[in-house]
Amino acid sequence: MDALVFLIPISLILGGVGLGAFIYTVKSNQYDDPDGNSQRILSDAYDDAPKE
Amino acid sequence: MTAAVHPSVSACPACAAGPAAVALAERDTPKEARITLSLPTAHCAACIRSVEEKLLGHPGVDDARVNLTLKRASIDADISVTPDALVSLLDGIGYEAHELDAGTIAVTETDKAGRELLMRLAVAGFASMNVMLLSVSVWSGAADATRDMFHWISAAITLPTIAFSGQPFFRSAWGALRNARLNMDVPIVLAILLAVVTSLWETSLSGDHAYFDAALALTFFLLAGRYLDHRTRSIARSAAEELAALEVPRALLFVDGQPVETPIAEVQMGDLLLVRPGSRMPVDGEIIEGQSEIDRSLLTGETLPVFAEKGTLVSSGEINLTGPLTVRANAIGQDSSLHQMAELVAVAESGRSRYTSLADKAAKLYAPGVHILSALSFVGWLIYSGDVRTALNIAAAVLIITCPCALGLAVPAVTTAASGRLFKRGLLIKHSTALERLAAVDTVVFDKTGTLTNGTPVLKDVHSYDPRDLSVAMALALGSGHPLAKSLVDAALDTGCKPAKVEAIKEIPGFGTKGVWQGIPVAMGRAAWVGAKPLATTATYLKIGDRDPIAFRFVDATRSGAGTVIQALKTAGKEVILLSGDTAPAVEALAEKLEITRWTADALPDDKVKRIQELTANGRKVLMVGDGLNDTAALTAAHVSISPATALDAARVASDIVLLGNDLGPISDALDTATSATKRIRENFRIATIYNVVAVPIAILGFATPLVAALAMSASSITVSLNALRLR
Repeated sequence: MDALVFLIPISLILGGVGLGAFIYTVKSNQYDDPDGNSQRILSDAYDDAPKE
Repeated sequence: MTAAVHPSVSACPACAAGPAAVALAERDTPKEARITLSLPTAHCAACIRSVEEKLLGHPGVDDARVNLTLKRASIDADISVTPDALVSLLDGIGYEAHELDAGTIAVTETDKAGRELLMRLAVAGFASMNVMLLSVSVWSGAADATRDMFHWISAAITLPTIAFSGQPFFRSAWGALRNARLNMDVPIVLAILLAVVTSLWETSLSGDHAYFDAALALTFFLLAGRYLDHRTRSIARSAAEELAALEVPRALLFVDGQPVETPIAEVQMGDLLLVRPGSRMPVDGEIIEGQSEIDRSLLTGETLPVFAEKGTLVSSGEINLTGPLTVRANAIGQDSSLHQMAELVAVAESGRSRYTSLADKAAKLYAPGVHILSALSFVGWLIYSGDVRTALNIAAAVLIITCPCALGLAVPAVTTAASGRLFKRGLLIKHSTALERLAAVDTVVFDKTGTLTNGTPVLKDVHSYDPRDLSVAMALALGSGHPLAKSLVDAALDTGCKPAKVEAIKEIPGFGTKGVWQGIPVAMGRAAWVGAKPLATTATYLKIGDRDPIAFRFVDATRSGAGTVIQALKTAGKEVILLSGDTAPAVEALAEKLEITRWTADALPDDKVKRIQELTANGRKVLMVGDGLNDTAALTAAHVSISPATALDAARVASDIVLLGNDLGPISDALDTATSATKRIRENFRIATIYNVVAVPIAILGFATPLVAALAMSASSITVSLNALRLR
């Protein structure tokens, strides 16, 4: 049962990181254009360097 | 280039271009403008790339981004870059583009409410998964100190989550209670709160059962329903607002004798405005200079253009056809005819809100029932066992199990599926209860001009005219921008006719065109001007020398799919009625062609409303399909209404459903889908009820463990969602 002392905080932290990442994506408008995103992946523009 | 517009730039610390972008921002800020263009034909990765590249290549454009979901491009550019230049730029590479009014579109740009709901949904999902993990350990045998610890951790996760994610329910329930009403959210909130309170109590006494997972799962499922509902409506809303934004509200105001583009809101009474041929009257006013013909069909349904000269009064929404006009604004904003029509709509609207949705009806039965049941089990167990703790536990279990998880999903899941299907077919469902109302329709009332017909004239029997006359007419028509002239040229071209050699062609705005052909004076235009006897139908008259004038007759072409829709509606047993403001011969001709037996001509806006109210009073559920200002009040008075995308803004706002394409065909699909959607909604209610009938006795008898509650809740929610997906 000692393992729980580590495992429970670890599972909560990992889940929390996921939640934090999701909230970041929502806040930075990443769900505004789902159709466009699925198409943009096919374009090779900005493959070598990100858009300025 | 401001930080607010480009969060990606400033949010990327490793970005080498950061400082440069900031410097650029400082330099450009004062003369920056944001332009939004609608791109109805963009659909693939190549489209995105070519549009963005072309726009970025234009001098003065700082940034351009295509949003494929909304089919829009947002451009940040110098103030010197005009939207027109960008539109023609994209036109050059084969993309249709339209300017969107920034003021109208800004409202939808960031969907704050949707984002908030998504955030609450995400937090509830995260918390419920973690708590479920802990609960599964308890269910599979964790005991004593371990169980208590798991319960305390669950409590630590649950309390802040409920406080954050449950807010929409708390607010709505409080709003209902404050007005002494009950809605679906009252039992929801009570169940969530009671579950949390009893679980805390149990945990503090190291009891066996805690319902933290149930409280969270409940919140999660219900938020999912809310979010679906919100998304469906926000997609429809943003598409509807885009239609409104396509009409950029600008007028050409004379400033020191020069026409200047000005927002309509800034036009004052008595201002002089220039109205170019082909554009819409921005205000109500009086013509003080110029002669032209005006098309009043959007206001009255009449297809014959009306002659206008100095002193003629015009209303906003009318279209100037031939000559430039100078108009003095007599009524603006509040006093304009458009606004007065909007007030008529507001009056009719109050009748519409009396409709109670199926969900509200269910809630009215459900909420008191659930409360009474739970209160009875509390009292019953209190008397039987004499233990408040047991009684409260069981009352909480009853509330959790009966909690309308499935009911909360039953309606949104179906409407989302149905609206998505209809959106693909070109129908925009604007109102949340539109589908339910559409399913009850038994009478369909159509407007004529612009709804069953395209509103554009087509030359009738083109082969019946003498080819020589036709070629002269064509030559004269080429010298005019009048819709009749354009249509005549198109028809003549189709027959392979070539224009005759007519010299000295001159257009007299409001009358017609004249010229000289083989030394003979020729003229084509209004009947009185060429000395012809006017016919009852739309026509233009050609006079060659001293010969009797020849009349070229036009008919208003029926919209594609009109015939099929009317046949389909009749087959489905609906009554079809044609109500038009146009003259009797024109209406009769169309009614005969489309086999509509009941029609009324010369109907004023009030007549249309009265007719619909009469039908409603006779117990009919009326679907009104119309596009003009004269239909607006009727659209609102009807049980449910549809307007085409070409309709006037006021008509689109008044209607529940907007038809995006040019084809009327989707209307009968809409009725079919609405019927099956309503059937699915009722089915979902039945499924939810069956679950309750099975689960409630278990809860009342005290056998409901948190595991049973979790199973019942998830199973019913999933069944209901799957049933919604079955929609055809």
